[in-house]
Amino acid sequence: MGVKLKFGILILEGPYQHQSSDSAYNFAIAALEKGHEVSGVFLYNDGVNNATSFGDPPQDDRNVQEKWSKLAQEKGIDIVVCIAAGKRRGLIDDNLIKGTRISGLGQLTDLAISTDRLVTFGD
Amino acid sequence: MANPEEIEESSDEIVKKMMFVMRKAPHGTINPYEGLEVMLIVAAYDQDLSAVFLDDGVYAIKKGQDPKEIGAKDFSTTFRVLPGYGIEKIYVEKESLENRGLTVEDLLLEVEVVDKSEVTKLMQEQDVLFPF
Amino acid sequence: MLFTVNKSPFLFGHLDSCLQYAIKDTPILLIEDGVYAASKGTSYEKKLKEALGKFEIYALGPDLKARGIASVIDGVKIVDYAGFVDLAEKHNVAPWI
Repeated sequence: MGVKLKFGILILEGPYQHQSSDSAYNFAIAALEKGHEVSGVFLYNDGVNNATSFGDPPQDDRNVQEKWSKLAQEKGIDIVVCIAAGKRRGLIDDNLIKGTRISGLGQLTDLAISTDRLVTFGD
Repeated sequence: MANPEEIEESSDEIVKKMMFVMRKAPHGTINPYEGLEVMLIVAAYDQDLSAVFLDDGVYAIKKGQDPKEIGAKDFSTTFRVLPGYGIEKIYVEKESLENRGLTVEDLLLEVEVVDKSEVTKLMQEQDVLFPF
Repeated sequence: MLFTVNKSPFLFGHLDSCLQYAIKDTPILLIEDGVYAASKGTSYEKKLKEALGKFEIYALGPDLKARGIASVIDGVKIVDYAGFVDLAEKHNVAPWI
């Protein structure tokens, strides 16, 4: 196996409206399958909406929020919602999907510092 | 799972070159504003930071913005605190200014004007690029 | 530096802009709507071919398939998400969004 890297992912757009979240998810899966670590995902700008527990898409479509929630729990990925961006958009502790948590931009900074690559998905 | 304490320990030792690439105009999207908020927080971490304003990003630091009538907050003057926060390498791209009929006199903070080739070179040197 | 471009070149100037900041042999990965730039027979083809002379241009296969783009301009390399990861392993990522 090649060198194992630590990836950090930054998502700047919400689910469905833009493809960013799907692209980020698929990238994360591919990185894990290659044996890399996905140290964390930071949700900023409208990206915070990927963590809502209120999502209820049609049955025949993917459930973006649930996919991230499941991935966080199964693979131990730290999915962080920015507190300031979250508050602006109505994401607070009470309506966070399982596997995600609220914290500050310091977490994004730590992610950028501690990972080998920060990959951003946005629009 | 990444342990927050472990991340903190490694943050003390590592210094990365991080550049904020500001390409978006203010008010049409929140990008320059929330980008600025990231800058102010990241500035506290003793990293090697710089910001480059190019494309429509030059509009974010243009003087004379008055968003009262659109009901938005004027955050433009907050860019002035960046040097005081430790972000001293602030660049604006010459071609982006010229294409928009602007000069440094139109900007609300002191910047270093660089041309496209210098921006290219600066970006290649970075470990992390934050796009806003 | 790996540039990622996710918008169509017809509606947005992102790819045009990014090409001005790429140095020789820079890899540019077209993802999401960015893959339309790799389509044959468009008004952008000439520009893309010129870029191919200087840079490495990749298009994300799943995004091409999603959009029904059956074939791409000669020289554009199609990669899947594993290939995207490979590129990100080798290069810092400049998201040109």
